Amino acid sequence: MSSVPWWSSEAVWRKVAYLVTALMFVILIFLTFDTLDQISAGSDRVPAYGVINKRIGYAFDEDRNFQVPVIGDDEPLFGKALSEEEAEALVTHGKKVIQGRNCMNCHTLLGNGAYFAPDLTKSWLDTAWGSAAAREELMLMFLMDPTTNARTFGSGRKMPNLGITEEEGKAVIAFLKWMASIDTNGFPYNFKPIPQGGES
Amino acid sequence: MKPGVSEMSNLNGGQQLALKYFLAAGVLFGAQLLFGLVAGLQYLRPDFLYGILDFSVNRMVHINAMVVWMLFGFIGCAYWLIEDESGIPVVGLKLGNLNFWVFTAAVAVVVVVFLVVQVGPGTDMTRWFINEGREYIEAPRWADIGIVVCVLVFFFNIAATALKGRMTGITGVLVLDLIALAGLYLAGMVYFTNISIDQYWWWWVIHLWVEATWEVLVGCIMAWGLMTTLGARRKIVQTWLYIEVALMFGSGILGLGHHYFWIGTPEYWFGIGGFFSALEPIPLVAMVVHAIYDSGTHRFRNSNHPTLAWLIAHAFGNFIGAGVWGFMHTLPQINLYTHGTQWTSSHGHLAFFGAYATINIAFFYLAAQKLRGNVWMAGGLAGNGWKWKWALGLLNTGVIGMTMAMLVAGYEQSFIERAIEGSSWAGYFAAQTHPWFVQGMVWRMIFGWVTLAGFVLLVWDLLTIGVGDARAAIVPGSEGDTAPGGAAAPATA
Repeated sequence: MSSVPWWSSEAVWRKVAYLVTALMFVILIFLTFDTLDQISAGSDRVPAYGVINKRIGYAFDEDRNFQVPVIGDDEPLFGKALSEEEAEALVTHGKKVIQGRNCMNCHTLLGNGAYFAPDLTKSWLDTAWGSAAAREELMLMFLMDPTTNARTFGSGRKMPNLGITEEEGKAVIAFLKWMASIDTNGFPYNFKPIPQGGES
Repeated sequence: MKPGVSEMSNLNGGQQLALKYFLAAGVLFGAQLLFGLVAGLQYLRPDFLYGILDFSVNRMVHINAMVVWMLFGFIGCAYWLIEDESGIPVVGLKLGNLNFWVFTAAVAVVVVVFLVVQVGPGTDMTRWFINEGREYIEAPRWADIGIVVCVLVFFFNIAATALKGRMTGITGVLVLDLIALAGLYLAGMVYFTNISIDQYWWWWVIHLWVEATWEVLVGCIMAWGLMTTLGARRKIVQTWLYIEVALMFGSGILGLGHHYFWIGTPEYWFGIGGFFSALEPIPLVAMVVHAIYDSGTHRFRNSNHPTLAWLIAHAFGNFIGAGVWGFMHTLPQINLYTHGTQWTSSHGHLAFFGAYATINIAFFYLAAQKLRGNVWMAGGLAGNGWKWKWALGLLNTGVIGMTMAMLVAGYEQSFIERAIEGSSWAGYFAAQTHPWFVQGMVWRMIFGWVTLAGFVLLVWDLLTIGVGDARAAIVPGSEGDTAPGGAAAPATA
């Protein structure tokens, strides 16, 4: 139809649709390569799993204007320094426990999941554990028997008993400690970490 | 074909298969509401079914039933329109029918395992056979593979039919979109210990389905729906479809970046994700303009009032739920506080309902009409059509009510837990026990029941509408416009 101006013609918009889609997808592919490189374990943003041998803090960074993870002195988990391979195996086990127990349908991890229970991104650093010294044991006791050791903060909500074994509990704690070391661009904001002595 | 009498022979082969998918979708829709109600109640009564059906289980079934019923609905819609569009019977229909039963059986097994076994040890066995533990795509790996196979069979039916018969603009976009939809699911099928990489790919599935390929899919369905009910001209709806695809993929593909603010990914996603996701409402505005303009052009003279009403509900629901509610918290400056709060649930409820439940319901009414011999469904229905009107009103009121209730809770949570208390666990619970939050949860529950009432009425109406009415449907676009199946523009036009 000659009366249809070019800018409202079906043929023109079909070409535009395919071109725009292809262009955006190509840009996304390039960004994906770059991002995956920047977030591989062992990068600046996502530390290697062996970071669970270190003290992990969360402090304000003047240049970036938000809080960032701070890797400190040696502080092995459960008093045992692990090789990088052992650390990766432990964190991997922890991640699989977290998936197998469906944690994400009550909790959020990096802010993603369900909203029935607290975010776990910085759970390793939460003041609810009382003191940094008692934290590991308290976390383990809680994970193995959350019903008896429940702290509901007046909400009445208790984590169900998911039959987490001691070995699984330690692996989960390793995963949570490692996750606390990820640079999440200042999320969560204004978080007050548990006093650990020293820098944070 | 006798109006008012239900006969399977009133439907073509693709439509008979579509009806099966619609029925399964309806059952899952009911399951979604029931498990949602139980999960919602657990916010108010945490001891309810504690240790038996915990919140995590109910919530998982709630969201998975939703994803699957919407997917079943879309598959049904595609089978519904493909024979009319291509002008030939579905290629490989027998395989398609078998595929339906396999797909449905697999979904049933997954749900039973979710409900009975629930969780497993931290081994690969659990991920393969019980629960993958990743929100929205919890289906174990065996089921993932099964889903891919079933979607490929469905894709074969649609693509082969479109290629063998007449390829139109609608089927062309549909086929290409289904390739993307099936391909993207693969991105969620790899295990990563590194949670940043895990969530990076996980969003490829979730976002690029929900905010890109599903939107284009409903664009195709909407285009065909407007031609069918209003007699809108093919050239117009297809031009709009291409405009929507350009805007949708133009904004939605890089809009993915709004999920990459806080998961360990680099800071450049702030700018990319913020900018492109802020543009995402634009195609949804285009859809509203398109639907309302077409309806106005045809003076709302249409062959199926409930279908057109739900299509209009879709246009507005998609724009407000996905567009406005998404835009409200998409910029990183606000998302820092709202990410992972009831804000997200508020947006999720209105967006999924507005964008996807509505258009599926519109097609359920098309199916009811055709099944009953293309029966009259315009004005002057029995009882003045009170059932469909009340179902429409109750479902929309219920979902909007839940959305508002959760928005209030979300504001309070963002303020108290995030901004003031710094996202500590104590801050989380301080927000959860605040009277404003609790009130939000109470109102959510009330409107949840309103939604259920609407659903019950909807089912009742779909089972009875048009039965015994001897009047034939009006012919849409009988003032010189072109109905679907006639004078289709070739794809190369």
